[in-house]
Amino acid sequence: MAHNPDAREALMIGTRTDGSTVRRPLSPHLQVYDMLQMSSLTSIMHRITGSIWSVGMIFFVWWLSAAAAGPEAYATVQWFFGGFIGLIMLFGLSAVVWYHTLNGVRHLVWDAGYGYDIPTTYRTGWATAIATAVMTVVTWIVAIIAWAS
Amino acid sequence: MATFTLPKNSTVQPGQVYKAEAGAKNVRSFKIYRWDPDTGDNPRMDTYEIDLDKCGPMVLDALIKIKNEVDTTLTFRRSCREGICGSCSMNIDGLNTLACLKPIEDVQGDVRINPLPHMPVVKDLVPDLSQLYAQLRSIEPWLKADTAAPPDEERRQSKEERAKLDGLWECILCFCCSTACPSYWWNGDRYLGPAVLLQAYRWIADSRDEYQGERLDNLQDPFRLYRCHTIMNCARTCPKGLNPAAAIGEIKTLLVERDR
Repeated sequence: MAHNPDAREALMIGTRTDGSTVRRPLSPHLQVYDMLQMSSLTSIMHRITGSIWSVGMIFFVWWLSAAAAGPEAYATVQWFFGGFIGLIMLFGLSAVVWYHTLNGVRHLVWDAGYGYDIPTTYRTGWATAIATAVMTVVTWIVAIIAWAS
Repeated sequence: MATFTLPKNSTVQPGQVYKAEAGAKNVRSFKIYRWDPDTGDNPRMDTYEIDLDKCGPMVLDALIKIKNEVDTTLTFRRSCREGICGSCSMNIDGLNTLACLKPIEDVQGDVRINPLPHMPVVKDLVPDLSQLYAQLRSIEPWLKADTAAPPDEERRQSKEERAKLDGLWECILCFCCSTACPSYWWNGDRYLGPAVLLQAYRWIADSRDEYQGERLDNLQDPFRLYRCHTIMNCARTCPKGLNPAAAIGEIKTLLVERDR
């Protein structure tokens, strides 16, 4: 961003043995770092699921406005979410919402000052992953039972 | 602004291969990042095949062996070889650590060695740490007190007050943590990063320091402190087993309590 230059830019200029200047390379970061470790993986997943949840709310608004618009519009939405693509989307969204919520609790606990040591971080990370799977399945069992009755 | 790819001049090319001597039985490949300012070429990954039967146990031993016996142009920082100077911090096998404390046998397969991530490279494995040192200076890492010290003794602390500095004073400023932090990669121009914030808390937590309020004022900033998103890469990678994320959490807690 030209209007907000990065202060680190000045350090990208180095000198050669003969005193002339040379543009230094930036050392590899995402290209070499182990991003699949629990710490960074749960963090980037939190961002991704938060973004997907936000976009998913557009469909929720579509559903609500269709319900307000009348029976025909509502039937269209129900048809979409009852179809294969709609169900896959809802299933994915439910998993996304559960992960973001549960990992959000993990962040709240950190913000309250607890659970910073690495063994605890790994345990809560695994707990979040397992609880997300369990709660997603439970959500759908409840939904299917409610649907069938 | 976060840029996830490397600039054109920074992409890493394949490099030379230095074969192990004939008859070597216990050979490991060390793939090492090389960049020479005098050539102007892009960085490259050179491969050195090393006979581990004739090499010390740590990654630093291999680097010194390469520099002594294979390729004298290989450039890296090292000094104490026992994890107390913080010079040989680098990215080994995808995690930042000290080469002198990293056993070669802990690495599966080829040993990939890169400079500390997302830093300007001076040469090979030597990054420019100027920004980090400037940020360290900005938190004034020294005792600040208006009260004169007692004339005939040091400033006293209780054992409990002293214990609050454990897990903080041990930091050797190798900057493994700061350069492991994605938030520091993208916002390191204004975010202070885990190493410097741990140092900031070391002085905030010191019972003898009389400038806690001013220190907290300096950190109450959307970038300097609050770019920490508790990613936890810092604590995961610290070769001294310290926890910068916890120290940052303590600073955030103090700010909340102060403003309540």
